[in-house]
Amino acid sequence: MITLTINGKEQQLDVDPEMPLLWALRDHLNLTGTKFGCGAAQCGAFTVHIDGEAARSCSTMVGDAEGREIVTIEGLSGKVAEAVQAAWQKLDVVQCGYCQSGQIMSAITLLSANEKPTDEDINASMEGNICRCGTYVRIRDAIHEAAKALA
Amino acid sequence: MRRAQVGLRKILFLFLFVSVGMVALIWTAGNNASHGQATTTAAESLAAWDKIATVVEHPRCLNCHQVDSPLQGDSARLHVPLVVRGDDNMGVTGMRCTNCHSQTGNNPTSGVPGAPGWSLAPLEQNWQGVASGDICRQMLDPARNGNMNAEQLVHHFAEDELVGWGWNPGPGREAIPMPRAELTDHVKTWLAGGGACPQ
Repeated sequence: MITLTINGKEQQLDVDPEMPLLWALRDHLNLTGTKFGCGAAQCGAFTVHIDGEAARSCSTMVGDAEGREIVTIEGLSGKVAEAVQAAWQKLDVVQCGYCQSGQIMSAITLLSANEKPTDEDINASMEGNICRCGTYVRIRDAIHEAAKALA
Repeated sequence: MRRAQVGLRKILFLFLFVSVGMVALIWTAGNNASHGQATTTAAESLAAWDKIATVVEHPRCLNCHQVDSPLQGDSARLHVPLVVRGDDNMGVTGMRCTNCHSQTGNNPTSGVPGAPGWSLAPLEQNWQGVASGDICRQMLDPARNGNMNAEQLVHHFAEDELVGWGWNPGPGREAIPMPRAELTDHVKTWLAGGGACPQ
């Protein structure tokens, strides 16, 4: 039995420790806000926070996540999360939306560590999140917008 | 009868001669094994380094001994997605090595490789575009090799878990073609002969 702390709540799971965390979230805990994209840590749709970092849940084995703080898009809270969500809505960032929960998780990680990121910082930190609709310009603007709101 | 006695004496003498020779050979071999430094020549050391160089220049090692971004795969192309070194050789916020790579081992489902200590090698251990002789001298220099002495260097090649990943890289990546024990023997020979490096 594996115990995971997800969105502040302990969850007991009887699963293979090598199973991807994404499987546990979506199939065992019905937390479907985190998406399956490529399954190979290449697209970022499956980004969650583990101890505050933007971890790829498709490539994180459940056993490695035990004893750590996992936050999914459903469990976001705090001023950085609120600023990012408000900026996303204000600038109407989303096109199809499939990648956006991952984009938002990475943006929050970036802004939590760097209050005023440059375009270069944004490129380096958001590199792992792909958007097939090509909303990168709006994503970048929204991150600057959120940084301004947090200043 | 007398001829038979002479023949027997000859055989005994020959047997004694061969036995003494064999004992001497075994003694010498034993001495060489326990006092390798005294008998390994610079030429043997250099030849051993050339074997070691084929391993350190293999993509399993070289891909992460880079200036700013690791390479990927047997073709040694730039890592996708792009990651950069950052302050601690582990990437930058949002794109840290451990966000995708497990510190416990390869991920059998995503195919993403992993091992304890997964990170870009420190900048002073860059091997990209560096000649074999310069890699050799870098590896012997405690200021540029993670402060390792000869014994620790042998241990690094023989036991380090991240180095060991090179022989267990997961599907789709070529394992280091030389057995690890053979590589370790080359490292011992190289160091026993004074750590000879090409010009």
